[in-house]
Amino acid sequence: MCGIVGLFIKNPKMEAELGKYLSLMLAEMTDRGPDSAGAAIYHDPVAVGAAKVTVLSEDPEYRWDALTQELQQAFGQDAAVAVHRDQAVLKIGTNPADAQRWLQDNHPELRINSAGESIEIFKGKGSPIEFIKNFELASYSGSHALGHTRMATESAITTEHSHPFSTGLDLCLVHNGSLSNHNRLREVLRKRGLTFQTDNDSEVAAGYLAWRLHEGDTLDQALQNALRDLDGFYTFAIGSKDGFAVLVDPIGCKPAVMAETEDWAAMSSEFRAIATLPGVDQAKIWEPTPAKIYSWHQE
Amino acid sequence: MPTFDLKDVDVRELNQALHDEASAGAEFKIINPNGKHSVAVGAMYSTQIDIEGHVGYYCAGMNQQATVTVHGNAGSGCAENMTSGQVRVKGNASQYCGATAHGGLLVVEGDTAARCGISMKGVDIVIGGSVGNMSAFMAQSGHLVICGDAGEALGDSMYEARIYVGGEVASLGADCIEKPIKSEHEAELKELLGQAGIDAGDISRFRRYGSARKLYNFNIDHAGEY
Repeated sequence: MCGIVGLFIKNPKMEAELGKYLSLMLAEMTDRGPDSAGAAIYHDPVAVGAAKVTVLSEDPEYRWDALTQELQQAFGQDAAVAVHRDQAVLKIGTNPADAQRWLQDNHPELRINSAGESIEIFKGKGSPIEFIKNFELASYSGSHALGHTRMATESAITTEHSHPFSTGLDLCLVHNGSLSNHNRLREVLRKRGLTFQTDNDSEVAAGYLAWRLHEGDTLDQALQNALRDLDGFYTFAIGSKDGFAVLVDPIGCKPAVMAETEDWAAMSSEFRAIATLPGVDQAKIWEPTPAKIYSWHQE
Repeated sequence: MPTFDLKDVDVRELNQALHDEASAGAEFKIINPNGKHSVAVGAMYSTQIDIEGHVGYYCAGMNQQATVTVHGNAGSGCAENMTSGQVRVKGNASQYCGATAHGGLLVVEGDTAARCGISMKGVDIVIGGSVGNMSAFMAQSGHLVICGDAGEALGDSMYEARIYVGGEVASLGADCIEKPIKSEHEAELKELLGQAGIDAGDISRFRRYGSARKLYNFNIDHAGEY
C-alpha cells in the first residue's frame, strides 16, 4: 500500500499556498505509507536554456560550495546551490540535459533526483510528517506538485527507493501498486541504454516511460504503451512541466479519487486527502475509470 | 438527536455508541466525516443514522437493523457483510460495495466502481446509476438491480443471485447468461425498485441475468476427466 497525492493550481492566487495544501494532503496519507515520503514541486522555473537539477548526497559533509565553483568553471556560467539537508537544488546557466550529463560523468557519488527547468524532487526515509517538516514543504509556492507516501512491498526502504522517480527532464512518476514483470522489463530497458539506481519496480515504470518519451511518444502515447507492456497493479500520477496525468490499471485494483473546482484540480489515493482542500464542498468528485488517461495542463 | 462531529470525536467512540443496546430507536447525525474510514461500522440496533458528507472505506460494514444514509459519496467496501437494515448512499460508491452481504437493502443512488456486490450472499442491492467491471463476481444469492450500465464481466462465476440491468452490459463473465423476464420477475423488480425508492421509469427495458449453472455443478459427462 502507498499513498499518492497530486495538486494542480488553476487560480494563480492560490499558487502561494501550493506547499501548504500539498503538506496537508500528504500528511493525511501517512497511514498508507509510513516508511518514507517524497514530493515533486514545480515552481520558480529557471530561464529557458538554464537548468535546475536536484541531487542527493549520502555524505553529510558534502562540499556543495566546491561543487558550485566546479560547475561555474565547467560551463563558464553562473551556478547557485540551495541545500536542503542531504539534498540540494543546483541552478546552472546551461541546458538541463548537459548539466545532468556532466553531473553523472563527474560526480557519480551524487544521486540525481530530477532535472529540468522547474521540477524539484525531494525524498526522505521515515515518517511523512517528519519529511514535510524537514524539507519545509509548506513554504513552497508553485503551479503543481505530486507527493507520495510509501509502504514498501517490493524492495528496500531507503531514500533512493522513495518516490517520485524522474522519468526525464521536468518529468516524474509516483506509483501506488506493484508490477510483476519489472525484472524482465528492467533488463530490456538496460539493453536499450537506460540505467537504474535501485531494484525498485516503480523505477522500472519510470524508466519505461522515459524510454517511450525518448523514442518520440507523447505522454499519452507512452501511457497507452504502458497499458500494454506493464503487468501489475497501479495507480500512476505523472508530473510534467505544465501539469500532471493519472492512470489506473485496467483491472482497477488500486484506488484513486479525483476532484476539481474552479481553483484547483486534485487527485489522491483516498478522498480524505482531498478533504483538506479549500472549497471541497463545491468540488466535482469522481473516481477515474480504469485504463483511461486523465490529465490537467496549463493553458 | 445525538450529533457526532468527527472533527472532534473519534470514529471508535461513535461506533461504540452504535453497539450499545441503549441506541435502539435513536437517531444519530454524523457531521464532518471528511473521508474517514469505518464510519458507522457494526451498528446493531434499529437506529436512524445520517452521515452528512463523504465517507472513506467500509462505511456501515456489518450493519444489522440500522438505517444508514450517506449524504455524499462512499469509499471502498461500503455496507460490506451487512446482515439486515438499510444502507443508502446518495452519491456514488467506490469498489466492492455490498461485498459478501447476507441481507438487508443497499441503495446507491449514483454509480459504483468495480466489483459491486462481489460474493453477495442474500443482500438486495439497487443501483440508480451504473456499475464497474466484475460486479456480482461469485454472487451467491440476493438481487442486484442496476438501472444504468454494467461494466465488463458482469456476474462472473456467479451462483444463484439474480441480476437486473436497465442499460447496456459491456460483457458477461464466465457462466453468466441472460434469462427471460417473466411476470414474476417484473413484479420482483418493481418491488425492489419500490423498496429502494428509485424511479427507474419504464421497466420493460430491463434484462435479467443469472448463472448458467455449468461452472459449479458436477457434470456427469466429464466424470472421466477427474
